[in-house]
Amino acid sequence: METMNYQNFRIDAENICVDYNGKVALYDANLRLKPGQICGLVGMNGAGKTTFFNALTGFVNISKGKIRINGESVRSAQKDQTIAYVPQNEGIDSQFPISVWDVVMMGRYGSMNIFRSPRESDVQAVKDAIERVDLSDHLSTPIGNLSGGQRKRTFLARAIAQRASILLLDEPFSGVDIRTEKLISELFIQFKNEGKTILLSTHDMIHVREFCDLVLLINKTVVAYGETSEVFTPENITTTFGGISPDFLFGPES
Amino acid sequence: MELCSFLTLDSFITDPLTHDFMRKALLMSSLVAAVCGFLSSYLTLKGWALMGDAVSHSVMPGVVVAYALGLPFSLGAFIFGVGSVALIGFIKQKSRVKEDTVIGLVFTGFFALGIVLVSKIKSNIDLHSILFGSPLGISLSDVKQTILISLLVVILLSIFRKDLMLYCFDPRHAKTVGINVFFLHYLLLTCLSLAAVVGLQSVGIILVVAMLITPGATAYLLTDKFDNMTVISVLSAIISSLIGIYVSFWFDLETGGSIVLAQTFIFLFAFLFAPRYGIFKLKKLFAGFK
Repeated sequence: METMNYQNFRIDAENICVDYNGKVALYDANLRLKPGQICGLVGMNGAGKTTFFNALTGFVNISKGKIRINGESVRSAQKDQTIAYVPQNEGIDSQFPISVWDVVMMGRYGSMNIFRSPRESDVQAVKDAIERVDLSDHLSTPIGNLSGGQRKRTFLARAIAQRASILLLDEPFSGVDIRTEKLISELFIQFKNEGKTILLSTHDMIHVREFCDLVLLINKTVVAYGETSEVFTPENITTTFGGISPDFLFGPES
Repeated sequence: MELCSFLTLDSFITDPLTHDFMRKALLMSSLVAAVCGFLSSYLTLKGWALMGDAVSHSVMPGVVVAYALGLPFSLGAFIFGVGSVALIGFIKQKSRVKEDTVIGLVFTGFFALGIVLVSKIKSNIDLHSILFGSPLGISLSDVKQTILISLLVVILLSIFRKDLMLYCFDPRHAKTVGINVFFLHYLLLTCLSLAAVVGLQSVGIILVVAMLITPGATAYLLTDKFDNMTVISVLSAIISSLIGIYVSFWFDLETGGSIVLAQTFIFLFAFLFAPRYGIFKLKKLFAGFK
């Protein structure tokens, strides 16, 4: 039998709570993920998905509970570039005057000197990452001129360039073209083989069944967590979405 | 007499240069414009126009108190500039009032305090030059302060150029990779206060916000590259300053107003004719003639 100490877990969140000025966004949430696992994070808007991500990256402080990343604190995970966050397309200013190359280079900032001047190895990492997401023809394209799918791939490339072992993806499949969707799913398989841990939020039930080993259903707290085949049941999904059937919720959208 | 001088462009430019106060005004205003223009890229991308307005108005009581106590006016201005930001943050956090309301409320309060103080402290404070700027009457000690502060802001912005860009673009990523977002936030606010302090000498408290947002907005319409945006912003700010001062000299106009108006016209030009983002898209116009 496997020993179950912290070190075995990439992510170990124990009873975490987050509140914004006294308003509870997430409470008593638990999550344990090992290397090579892909976990889907499913819940309504406002159920605490983004808050969960923010807690793991240290963007918001937890008011209770404990988070261990590779057995260490969130702060040392930040220093070690352990976690990469891939934002929702809506979460970024697409009109910002910045090129694909510059965005991906930002993945290297954390390990550069104070002036963030790229070394040979940084340039190489950025080049490789851009190649992996098939954007080598768009190195100097401003992100405003990209399609939704290309923009998503740019931020994936940033996460790759960062060489993070944990990837947090906010709605990776929303608003992307078929080609990008295929590329992302191929990357997921590669990431899994490389031993990276992936936590992704999604609105699309099909994607959960297709990609996720595990699923975490949340509605301010954990409704259900476990192997997708066991936990991702119509009953649990209905509970997660406040008693409304998922067909009604997702029918028109997907 | 004046009309004759217009006959040659040469004398239009060189005549004012024979006056010591004009040389000083042109130099100092260009420096101030460059600093504000540099910062402007960040403020417009971060969406801090209202914050710029707030800080620049809030420095008013600081300037008055500093003059009354014989301290460097920049010190007083800086303290009240940063103080206003802290107060805005505090009230926002502790009440349910929305942020833009809090900003408007705090800066008008500070500004009013400044005006009341001026009327109470009967000294040689020239309200007009505080409100509308006096680049032509800048004193030697003010020149020294301005150069020092400008250098400080330019050095800070240059060192943290890329971090600040990342902070404006994607603070969440910055935090995730261990970059101190809290520090960057206050660095940008500090630079904003300092730039407002030097900017108010050129165009005065009321219009200094224009120095902090218009060049950035103009540059934003003209390029898709951040570095180019900074360069264009700085250049357009300097050119506006020069145009404004010359025009105010020849036509006997309020200098601060002229500088800001020059910036506004450059913005309008970009708004109408910018190659990609202008409403007439100059490129298309030319293509039509072929």
